[in-house]
Amino acid sequence: MMQNVYLAIPLAPLIAAILAGLFGRVIGRTGAHTVTILGVAVAFGLSVWTLLGQLEPGAVPYNASVYTWLVTDGLRMEVGFLIDHLTALMMCVVTFVSLMVHIYTIGYMHDDPGYQRFFSYISLFTFAMLMLVMSNNFLQLFFGWEAVGVVSYLLIGFWFTRPTAIFANMKAFLVNRVGDFGFLLGIAAIAHYTGSLDYATVFRAAPSIAQHTMSLFEGQPWNAMTVVCICLFIGAMGKSAQVPLHVWLPDSMEGPTPISALIHAATMVTAGIFMVARMSPLFELSDAALGFVMVIGATTALFMGFLGIVNNDIKRVVAYSTLSQLGYMTVALGASAYAAGIFHLMTHAFFKALLFLGAGSVIIAMHHEQDMRRMGGLRKYLPITYWTSLLGALALIGFPGFSGFFSKDALIESVALSHAPGAGYALFCVTAGVFITALYTFRMIFMTFHGEERMDAHTREHLHESPWVVTVPLILLAIPSVVIGWFTVGPVLFGGYFDGAIVVNPAHDVLREIGREYEGQGGFILNAFRSLPVYLALAGVASAWLLYLKFPHVPASIRAKLGPVYRVLDNKYWFDWFNENVLAAGARGLGRIFWRVGDEMIIDGALVNGSARSVGWLAAVTRHMQSGYLYHYAFAMIIGLAAMLAWLLTHAA
Amino acid sequence: MNLPLLSFLTWLPILGGIAVMLVGDRRASAARWLALGVAIAAFLACIPLYSGFDVTSAALQFPERMAWIPSLHSDYHLGVDGISLPLILLTTFSTVLVIIAGWTVIEKRPSQYYAAFLIMEGLMIGVFSAADALLFYVFWEAMLIPMFLIIGVWGGARRIYATIKFFLYTFLGSVFMLAALIYMYLKSGSYDLAALYALPLSSAEQTAIFLAFFAAFAVKVPMVPVHTWLPDAHVEAPTGGSVILAAIMLKMGGYGFLRFSLPITPDAAHDLDMLVIGLSLGAVVYIGLIALVQTDMKKLIAYSSIAHMGFVTLGAFIGYEIVSATGSHDGVVLGLSGAMVQMISHGLVSGALFLCVGVLYDRLHTRDIGAYGGVINTMPVFGAFMVLFAMANSGLPGTSGFVGEFMVVLAAFKANFWYAFLAATTLILGAAYTLWLVKRVIFGAVANEGVASLKDLNGREFLVLGVLAVAVLAMGLYPKPLTDVMEPSLRHLAQLMSVSKL
Repeated sequence: MMQNVYLAIPLAPLIAAILAGLFGRVIGRTGAHTVTILGVAVAFGLSVWTLLGQLEPGAVPYNASVYTWLVTDGLRMEVGFLIDHLTALMMCVVTFVSLMVHIYTIGYMHDDPGYQRFFSYISLFTFAMLMLVMSNNFLQLFFGWEAVGVVSYLLIGFWFTRPTAIFANMKAFLVNRVGDFGFLLGIAAIAHYTGSLDYATVFRAAPSIAQHTMSLFEGQPWNAMTVVCICLFIGAMGKSAQVPLHVWLPDSMEGPTPISALIHAATMVTAGIFMVARMSPLFELSDAALGFVMVIGATTALFMGFLGIVNNDIKRVVAYSTLSQLGYMTVALGASAYAAGIFHLMTHAFFKALLFLGAGSVIIAMHHEQDMRRMGGLRKYLPITYWTSLLGALALIGFPGFSGFFSKDALIESVALSHAPGAGYALFCVTAGVFITALYTFRMIFMTFHGEERMDAHTREHLHESPWVVTVPLILLAIPSVVIGWFTVGPVLFGGYFDGAIVVNPAHDVLREIGREYEGQGGFILNAFRSLPVYLALAGVASAWLLYLKFPHVPASIRAKLGPVYRVLDNKYWFDWFNENVLAAGARGLGRIFWRVGDEMIIDGALVNGSARSVGWLAAVTRHMQSGYLYHYAFAMIIGLAAMLAWLLTHAA
Repeated sequence: MNLPLLSFLTWLPILGGIAVMLVGDRRASAARWLALGVAIAAFLACIPLYSGFDVTSAALQFPERMAWIPSLHSDYHLGVDGISLPLILLTTFSTVLVIIAGWTVIEKRPSQYYAAFLIMEGLMIGVFSAADALLFYVFWEAMLIPMFLIIGVWGGARRIYATIKFFLYTFLGSVFMLAALIYMYLKSGSYDLAALYALPLSSAEQTAIFLAFFAAFAVKVPMVPVHTWLPDAHVEAPTGGSVILAAIMLKMGGYGFLRFSLPITPDAAHDLDMLVIGLSLGAVVYIGLIALVQTDMKKLIAYSSIAHMGFVTLGAFIGYEIVSATGSHDGVVLGLSGAMVQMISHGLVSGALFLCVGVLYDRLHTRDIGAYGGVINTMPVFGAFMVLFAMANSGLPGTSGFVGEFMVVLAAFKANFWYAFLAATTLILGAAYTLWLVKRVIFGAVANEGVASLKDLNGREFLVLGVLAVAVLAMGLYPKPLTDVMEPSLRHLAQLMSVSKL
């Protein structure tokens, strides 16, 4: 019974995706969105039911296999589900955001000829994401991991006639593959040390992995667990877009906005965060890996935030904000505050999906104009979009009481208490990041919704609020963006919600330390006023107000004064340049050399055709000996006879 | 009941091929239908072969044995085990598809074309079911003739160069194998494979025999650096020829390593395993980079084939390194099954990709990547298939392309982190060359009038690609039936590998 319910959760969107994808022409546009929305709604309903079931006192995690994929050499690979508090939470977040995005898509993709295909893809994505989070083993995790990547590839390149879109989707897939390369090695290491791919078995065997060492380079032994965790985390760096594998995420904005909200903000990009939290029994055994995680996360959090300040494309600003927030979550993982990371993942899923969908609503109203320099004053034309986006923005900057406040504040406090390697650097990054976050977020709000109306007259005439299929999801997302933190902070962070699902070494358990002083949400908010981040956020908003509303000519002069800094940011630290001109071009150059020199000149030219030629040459030479003239043969016989005689004479003596 | 099922499978297509030839080109339609009937009959004959196969046994099943050349003590001895059964299934399956794929495309001497493929099928099944080394050798060499003709008669502009290169390359390798077989016959007085498995051989003998086999099999796989015949052969071969070449003929090399090299010369295989492993990893990286810069679609897929076949040889030989690194035999069978699964999967995926190129070639008569662009605008159904097979070629989980590579990487890790590291680069390189191909050919705006005039798949093409798509997905989602068939035989092989014959 339970198994059938759990099976129905991913299969409902899968069946809907198949129906909309293969029979899209038969069932039509209405049929396609009806069937996919129904599929996701079923998945959402059952996910909520699952979560409620897990919350009942005495409920135990469900862990069972569905079928055996293959067995060989004693290694059993299965497909199966592990349903515990962590999974149930993720399932609800994924299916809720997905449902909202499905409804929103009816409005956003209204005029698109690929309507059915789009619904099919997003439903397929929901299936893949559910398989990922519900998995009880590494094989299925990897399946979901790559499957979400493929759907992301298909969706970024949804408008496949655009050169930028089909470049961006290939880039996204390949950069993710670099991550998956590490991930696969991590899985291989786990299979090697534990002889299993099943989570429960692997986690039980975890301490024994930590006792092994590997010598990757001559004479430098590495703790096997560190290798395992860093390999797995490289996978997370790809999927969750951590520096230096972040380069695909801003380009992924080439896809339609609903998928930016669903895939590139709320769900897929958080798969890495989820995975590390899921693997907490492993990561807890390697301080080196935790330090690595923390430093990478902190770097992403701060340095990607800077890029949000200089960008003028409304979606890309939100994209850089996503990168930065993913960095925050990663830092939490590094500080062993997994629950804080997942908590921020959840609140972020709501408010970032909201901000993306809000940006999408603006883009519809502006007739697919994304440059904020041609917006301004949209507040009065798009009141619902404005108010919901403002709520999302307040949640993002961590305004006291909003959902993002609880998650971010807990996160920063965790870092402050952490003793992991790199904690000091990370604390600086996440604290400074608060100011940066507030600055770029409100720069966006002010440039878009406030101030002078900079669009052309034609656009202005046609400005109007989006239809209800767009605004209802905005409102439904705005509600959790505001209140979900207030209602869940206590139990999720300090109430032992994740006990059993997430394992924390008591020596690392910073959240428990914070929890000791936790006395309800009110106290938590008051407490925050005694520390820096809240003031930094307010300062960020104030700076944005000064720079972009009060004195809008100032940014230009700052840019001129800080030329070199601006150039660094404008070129996004030259990551793209390096990848395209050094890595990609280098691989192609090497390929060309191997082909032209190795294959064509040496193997084919010299050896294969060379041996054919030398046979021909030898034949030509020997042909001359068979001249057919009797005197040539007679002469050769005499020479031969003379030589034989000479040999006999010298040797006989 | 002991029907001579394997003889039936071997000789039905050969005799059927002769019959098709006799029907002649003037009655081309009748020849086609007869050819299809024969191919389907052979495929259906595999059903009792599969259902009657005992998956718990490593023994040769469906044995047939009678005296063949008594003066040489060579018998007509056939049988299948878990290593040959999947390859026979793949052979009969691919032949049906190839016959359907050539239905309206082949206008030049159609009856002889179908006859060549049917005779080829029978000979390949003979290779996979022969349990006598001389019989094996006869099938092995005979197989070259139809393929030589397929490329030479129905091929492209440089077909004569390509087919002679193909013939000489592979023939040269095989001669060494014959010498090794004769040497062992003189020593043991038998060509029976079981006798050769049991034959004690000194270290020097094993090394010489191993290298002789290596010459034959490495060319067939093909392994770097004896791979350069393959891109030429593929480029010039007609679509059906490329499919059979990629799907089955390359598997002969992998099959040879498993059937001959590992069990007959286990000690030499152990001593020289790094040669094979090094060349396999080289194939993944070196060939992967070469594939990246190809401008001819068929050449790109041909190079991709070489890189993928690197996993077969890696998986086959990694066992020795696992044992020396860990002291345990865990992982030996994993590598071997990975190699086998990779062979079957590569047969499906590369066959499908060559068929996809054939679909485009039939319409625009060019294989040049630059001549395409935005094909999906005019051929959406074809585009969907092509993207699916491209993903399978990139080793996407859920498709067959993932299964074998995953198993081999897992096994390689047990031997050495860096082997797994180099092997896993296929994740990046394979995706790079395949998806770049897809980007340039399938996606984008309509590039030119040729692309604008393209018509989407017809029913026949849809059928062929659809069947392959189902097979690729089925094997990716549920590979257990396949690995279950192989497991006992591979365990037996792993045991033979580990017993010294010195």
